[in-house]
Amino acid sequence: MILFDRVSKVYPDNSVALEEVTLSIEPKEFVSIVGPSGAGKTTLLKLFLAEEKPTQGAVYYDSTNINTLSKKEMDKFRRRVGMVFQDFRLLPNKTVYENIAFTMEAAGRTDEDIESDVPHVLELVDLTSKVWNFPRELSGGEKQRVAIARALVNEPDVIIADEPTGNLDPANTYDIVQILKKINDLGTTVILATHNKGIIDLLKKRVIAMDRGKVVRDDKSGKYFI
Amino acid sequence: MTSKEMFWTKVKRILRGGFINFWRDGTVSFASVLVMMVTLLVIGMISFSGAILDTTLAELSNKIDINVTFVTTATEADILNIKQSLETLPEVLLVTYVSREEALTAFKERHSNDPSILAALDELGENPLGAVLNIKARDPARYPSVAEFLQSENVLSPSGISIVDRVNYFENKAAIDKLTRIINSADRLGFALTIFLAIISVLIAFNTIRLTIYIARDEISVMRLVGASTTYIRGPFVVVGIIYGLTAGILTLLLLLPITYWLGGATEGFFIGFNIFSYYLRHFLEIALIIMLSGICIGSVSSFLAIRKYLKV
Repeated sequence: MILFDRVSKVYPDNSVALEEVTLSIEPKEFVSIVGPSGAGKTTLLKLFLAEEKPTQGAVYYDSTNINTLSKKEMDKFRRRVGMVFQDFRLLPNKTVYENIAFTMEAAGRTDEDIESDVPHVLELVDLTSKVWNFPRELSGGEKQRVAIARALVNEPDVIIADEPTGNLDPANTYDIVQILKKINDLGTTVILATHNKGIIDLLKKRVIAMDRGKVVRDDKSGKYFI
Repeated sequence: MTSKEMFWTKVKRILRGGFINFWRDGTVSFASVLVMMVTLLVIGMISFSGAILDTTLAELSNKIDINVTFVTTATEADILNIKQSLETLPEVLLVTYVSREEALTAFKERHSNDPSILAALDELGENPLGAVLNIKARDPARYPSVAEFLQSENVLSPSGISIVDRVNYFENKAAIDKLTRIINSADRLGFALTIFLAIISVLIAFNTIRLTIYIARDEISVMRLVGASTTYIRGPFVVVGIIYGLTAGILTLLLLLPITYWLGGATEGFFIGFNIFSYYLRHFLEIALIIMLSGICIGSVSSFLAIRKYLKV
């Protein structure tokens, strides 16, 4: 389903972020990508979203090279992928409801769909009481749950979470991981980039370890060690 | 949902998004509207300065005329003959005949405070003034051809002897030409200056809007990453730009009322009979249209262009 085929990424300052990375991820898998800062985890995710272009190699999704997609096809492709970031990246001038509704509007969903799905997904992340709050009025954990709700609402094929618990306390971290696990159980592929050892040990799912732009280990049911 | 319904839903969402952003980003909107108002005031100035110069030029042109003074021996019949033939010329608007007696009365009235001149007049015993034909042309540019017509001998001296004492056009010509040139270059200079000012203020307005979009650049990239289309991201920003333009336009039009009212008296005294306040009221629709359209164009085009850079994710 997702294939990185001998992908390298060299930035203009000649720093090598990825070197000949080849890996594949099957549908409904839960994959954790671990490694120290600068290992290339975020670059890998950015390449999958086509936020960055590979210097060499290609990234495939359902046998399509995503770098050959037109602008329109790219918009469509991105709607099939939900994203969760360490810094939440919510729209600051929109309420919780509007943040989630925006993603649905962008996907061309009807007003009726939006009115029925947004409360439903907020229930899933346990945030029904904060519907009309702005992001600045929420705690870190709440913001991340909004981000997850936003990523989920269009029923994507894949959820990408880049250090989603990096700014959270242990209790909130545990909650977020449980939500991601639940999403995966419901049939969505989850790719999680993290350097939180506790999470990996708790998940007991596939772990890809990276270091200095290379894949150094790929365990079917791994633990966190490099 | 049909594609037509989807289209209107999208339009509605874009408009709503724009209004909400304008309202929630109150401080930024307020600052942008203020900057835009300065730009629109400058654009308003262009229409006022153009009108002021045009009116002044027209007033001065109106004051230009030709006086033909006849010798004292010319008969009234000869003069009226010339008057008649002048009136047949297409370039002539009006010919007024001032008889010798009328000229004398007017002269005496003008110098009623100067007993020495009146005494000298009495001394002469007879009326030294000739009759006058005052000619107004339809267009100041036509005076040379009228003057030429007067110079042709058969008009001026039917009996072979010239009955014309002098034609003042030739004396005033240099002054008239100079004044016209001054007004024309003032017109051009004023126009160049206001265009220059307008360009600068449009650039300032453009930069302000660029800054507001720069502030939102992270937001734009998030919208991109959740798969929003270019139109859907850009739309609300363009709507906000249009609202900036509309709001600034209305405020500028309102602000111009007290400004022109206050300047009205001063302009009337300075520019021969041009009252900027009554001009504003008379041409309100025209000026309102220029200012509102400029506001909307600057706002929407600036937003449209400024956001381009951040859409390349």
